[in-house]
Amino acid sequence: MTALPKLIFELSREGKIGCGLNEADVPAEAVIDASFRRTGISDFPEVSEVEIVRHYMALARLNYSVDAGFYPLGSCTMKYNPKINEKLAAADELQAHPYAPHDLVQGNLEIMARLEEWLVALTGLAGFTLTPAAGAHGEFTGMLIIRKYLQEKGDARKVVLIPDSAHGTNPASAHFAGYEIREIPSNAQGIIGIEELRAHLKPDVAALMMTNPNTLGIFESNISAIAEALHANGSLLYMDGANLNALLGIVRPGDLGVDVMHINLHKTFATPHGGGGPGSGPVGVAAHLLPFLPVPRIKKSKDRYEVVYDDPCSIGRVKNFYGQFLVMVRALAYLLALGRENVRRVAEDAVLNANYLRKRLEGSLDLPYPASSLHEVVFSDKDLPVKTLDIAKRLLDYGIHPFTIYFPLIVHGAMMIEPTETESKETLDEFVSVMGTILREARENPELLRQAPVQTPVRRLDETLAARKPVLKWSRGESI
Amino acid sequence: MRYLPLTDRERKEMKTTIGISDIKELFNCIPSGKCYPSLAEIPSELSEPELIAAFKEMGRKNSFSDHLSFMGAGAYAHFIPEVVSYLSAKGEFLTPYTPYQPEVSQGSLQAIFEYQTMMTMLTGLDVANASLYDGATATAEAVLLAVRKSGRRRVLLAANLHPEYAAVVHAYVQNLPIELHTVAVNEKDGRVDEHDLRAKLDGSTAAFVFQSPNFLGVVEDSRAIAAAAHAREAFAVQVVCEAMSLAYLVPAADCGVDLVVGEAQSFGLPLAFGGPYLGFMTAREEFLRQMPGRLVGQTLDLEGKRGYVLTLSTREQHIKREKATSNICSNEAWCAMRAGMYLAAMGKTGLANAARTCHFNAVYFAAAAAALKQIQVVYPKNFYNEVLIEVKKGSAADFHASLKKKGVLAGVPVSWFDPKQKNRLLLAFSEVHDRKAIDRLLAAMGERS
Repeated sequence: MTALPKLIFELSREGKIGCGLNEADVPAEAVIDASFRRTGISDFPEVSEVEIVRHYMALARLNYSVDAGFYPLGSCTMKYNPKINEKLAAADELQAHPYAPHDLVQGNLEIMARLEEWLVALTGLAGFTLTPAAGAHGEFTGMLIIRKYLQEKGDARKVVLIPDSAHGTNPASAHFAGYEIREIPSNAQGIIGIEELRAHLKPDVAALMMTNPNTLGIFESNISAIAEALHANGSLLYMDGANLNALLGIVRPGDLGVDVMHINLHKTFATPHGGGGPGSGPVGVAAHLLPFLPVPRIKKSKDRYEVVYDDPCSIGRVKNFYGQFLVMVRALAYLLALGRENVRRVAEDAVLNANYLRKRLEGSLDLPYPASSLHEVVFSDKDLPVKTLDIAKRLLDYGIHPFTIYFPLIVHGAMMIEPTETESKETLDEFVSVMGTILREARENPELLRQAPVQTPVRRLDETLAARKPVLKWSRGESI
Repeated sequence: MRYLPLTDRERKEMKTTIGISDIKELFNCIPSGKCYPSLAEIPSELSEPELIAAFKEMGRKNSFSDHLSFMGAGAYAHFIPEVVSYLSAKGEFLTPYTPYQPEVSQGSLQAIFEYQTMMTMLTGLDVANASLYDGATATAEAVLLAVRKSGRRRVLLAANLHPEYAAVVHAYVQNLPIELHTVAVNEKDGRVDEHDLRAKLDGSTAAFVFQSPNFLGVVEDSRAIAAAAHAREAFAVQVVCEAMSLAYLVPAADCGVDLVVGEAQSFGLPLAFGGPYLGFMTAREEFLRQMPGRLVGQTLDLEGKRGYVLTLSTREQHIKREKATSNICSNEAWCAMRAGMYLAAMGKTGLANAARTCHFNAVYFAAAAAALKQIQVVYPKNFYNEVLIEVKKGSAADFHASLKKKGVLAGVPVSWFDPKQKNRLLLAFSEVHDRKAIDRLLAAMGERS
C-alpha cells in the first residue's frame, strides 16, 4: 500500500517559492499604521511549483470520482459531467465582474435568461430565480417565498408538513424560514396517502414539502389530489426537485399543481459536484408567486437584457450577485447539447437503468416498498448476515463507489441505488456481478466484509475519535 | 446522443429482462393525462462544434474584458497561478460527490483540511469550516451563530457593511425572532461611529457585525470595536470581502475579534460574473459545536494510519433535521480546495507580495489623484486596496460612463447601492495592475473637464 501524502505544511521549507509574481513597480508606500499591519504568516507553506503539482496529484489519486467509475449514490444523480462544458465555462469572455455595466455583459445575461426559459419549459412553472447556491439554499428561498406570499394575504401560518422519507435539508430549511415542522408518516406504499395528508391538514398549514419522485424512487401518485386538498385549505405545494431527472420531458411539475420547486443543476443538469459543491439550486414558481421571487431578476426589454434589483413584493436578496454563474453556464451547455430530441431519453434511460438493476437484484436483496421504481431503487439489509455498511465498504474493494446508505430513514439499513442514464449496460451488469460476489462472501465469510475495505488508501476511519477530540487543523509539533 | 451510452439493442434487452415491451410502462405511475407534454418549444440538439459556436456567439456579446477594470466592491481580480487552474480542473477533484466514503476521498478531505488550516493561520482564530456559499450568506450564518451561541436576539450591523451583505442578512432573518439595528458611520474617517456603537450595545445584544476593510475602503479599528462589544458581552464579528487583506493586516484574533467571516473569492477564483465564490467562517474554539457547514477533521484508521473525515456531523441537517445548526448540505467544497491550492502556490512570500502590491497600487493612485481637480479622495488614510473618491462636478454615474467610453471601468458608483450617494465611486486596486495601468486611469480621469 502506498504511503499517504504529507500535509503541505510538512513539505514546507524556508525559502522555497511556488509562484512567479513580480514586485510592485510603484513606490512601496503605506498609509496604514504599522500597528495595523501584520509581520508575516507563521507556518504558511513555502513549497516549490513542482512540489505543489506532485502534492495535489498524489491527493488526486486518493479520490474516487464519476470520471473514474460507477457512482450509484442514490438521490445524488451522479451522472457524467461533459468535458466541453468545463471549457465553455472557463472561456475568458465570460469572466466579467458581477457589477459590470449591463451593456458589457449582454452575453452573460442571455445565458441566464436562456437557462431560465429552459427550466420554465421543462417544469411548466411560470418563472425561476437562478440565484440560490445549492439545493438547500433553494429550499430555504422557496420557503421564504411561500411565507411572504401568505403574509401578503394576511395569514402567514405556522406549520410546514414534511413526510418522514424527506431529506434532512427540508425540515432544516423550513425551520430557518420560521416554520414549525409537522412530520407525516409515509403509507404502506411508501408515499403520502391522501388520508394521512387530510389528517394533518389544519388551518395553520402553510405548505407541504414533497420530494417527487420521493427518496424511495417512487412517484407520489396522489400528487394532483394532494395539490387540490392543499389549495382548498389555502396551503401551497412545495416540490423538492432533487429527483427531477426521472421526470425530464415525461411530466411537468407545474401541470401537477406544484406551486414552488427547486432544481439541482449539479444533479439533473450534469454540472460537476466538486466533492461537495458548488451546486446551484434555481427555484421555480407558479404565476401567482412570481412577484415574490428574490432579486436580482433578469428581464428582456426589446433586444436588451436588463436587471431588476428592486421589486416591492420580493423576499429580497438571498445571495451576493447573480448566483453560481459558471454552474449555470454548464447547465445551459448540457441542455443545448441534449435538445428536445434527448431530454426525454435522459429520463427514460435513467428509469430503465434503475429498473434493470432492481430486476437483477430483487431476488437477492429485500425490497421493502415494491411499488414501481423510477430513477432509483431502495433495498434493505433485512435477513442479511452483514450490515449495509459492510456491503458498502466491500464495494470499495471492488473499485465501485457505494450507493447511498441508511437513507431514507424509514428503511432499515437502506441501500439507495441510483445508476443514472449515463451508465452502460456493461457497467450495470458488472455491478450486479460484484454485488453477487459480495453477497456470497457475506454468507460464507462475513468477517471479510466487516473488515472491508482493505484495498483502499486507508482502512475504516475512526469517526468517534474525530468527533470526540476534534483536530481541524495542522499545528506545528502536534500529532494525533 | 453522446452522453447516453445505451444502444437501442441494449434498451430492448433490458426491457425484456424487466418484463415490459414499451418504455412508457415504467411511467404508468404518473397521471396519464399529464404525461409526455409537447417539447416543441424546446430547441433542437446541438453537436459539439455547434455548441462551441453557440457559446462563442453569446461570448461575443460581452465586452467587459476589453476594458481596463478597477471594479471591486466584493469581487476582485487577482492573478491566478496556472498550477491552480491546472490542478483544480482534474476530474478527480471536480467530479466526486461530498466525501461520504472517506476511504476513497482522502484527496478532497486532506485538501480541505489544509485549506481550513491556512484560513486559521490568516485570521489567527482557532477553527475554520469547510466553506459556506459566499461572503453574504456567511455573514447571515454568522448572525444566526452569534444568536444561537449567546441566547440573545439583538444584532447590530455596521452601516458601512456591504449593502448586499446587509440585504442578505435581512432576508435570512425576516421570519426569525431576531432584531437588527444599524450602527452609524463617522463621516470624518469612514469608520464605525464608536459613540453610536457604545450607545446601541446593550445587555441583549448578541453581536456587532462590522466589515473591515469596510465598504468605504477603510480599515476599521478592530481592537476598539472588539473591546466595546466585549464590554457588553457581545461578540465582535468581522466581515471580510477582500480576503487578500488578511495577508496584509494584523490577524483579527490579535485584535480580539471572535468570528471572522466573508468572501475568499480573491484566493484563486476568477471573477466569473459573481460565482461560484467561497464563503468562509473562522471562529474561536468555543463556537465549534454551534458552527454551520461541514468540518473536516483528522483521525486514525484501523491500522493507526492518519486520515481525514467529515466530522461533528451531529450539528448537521441529515442527523438533526430542523434542530440542525444550518440547512447546508452542498457547499463550495471545490472552491475551498482551489483556494487551498492557490494559497499553497502563492506561499508565504508570494501571498505577502501580492497583498502589499494591492496596497501600494492603491496608495499610488490616491496620491496621484490628489493632484486631479476633477476628483477628491474621500479618505486618504487607512484604506487597504479600495479607494473612495468624490467627483467634484456632475454625478459619479456619468463620470463612470464617460470613462467607460475610454475603455476604463473606474470602479463602482456607490449610487448603484445607495441612490443618495450621487457623487462617489469606489475603486479597487490589485497586483493585476501596474503603474502603467493606474497612470492610464489617472489620465482618463484628468482629461475630463
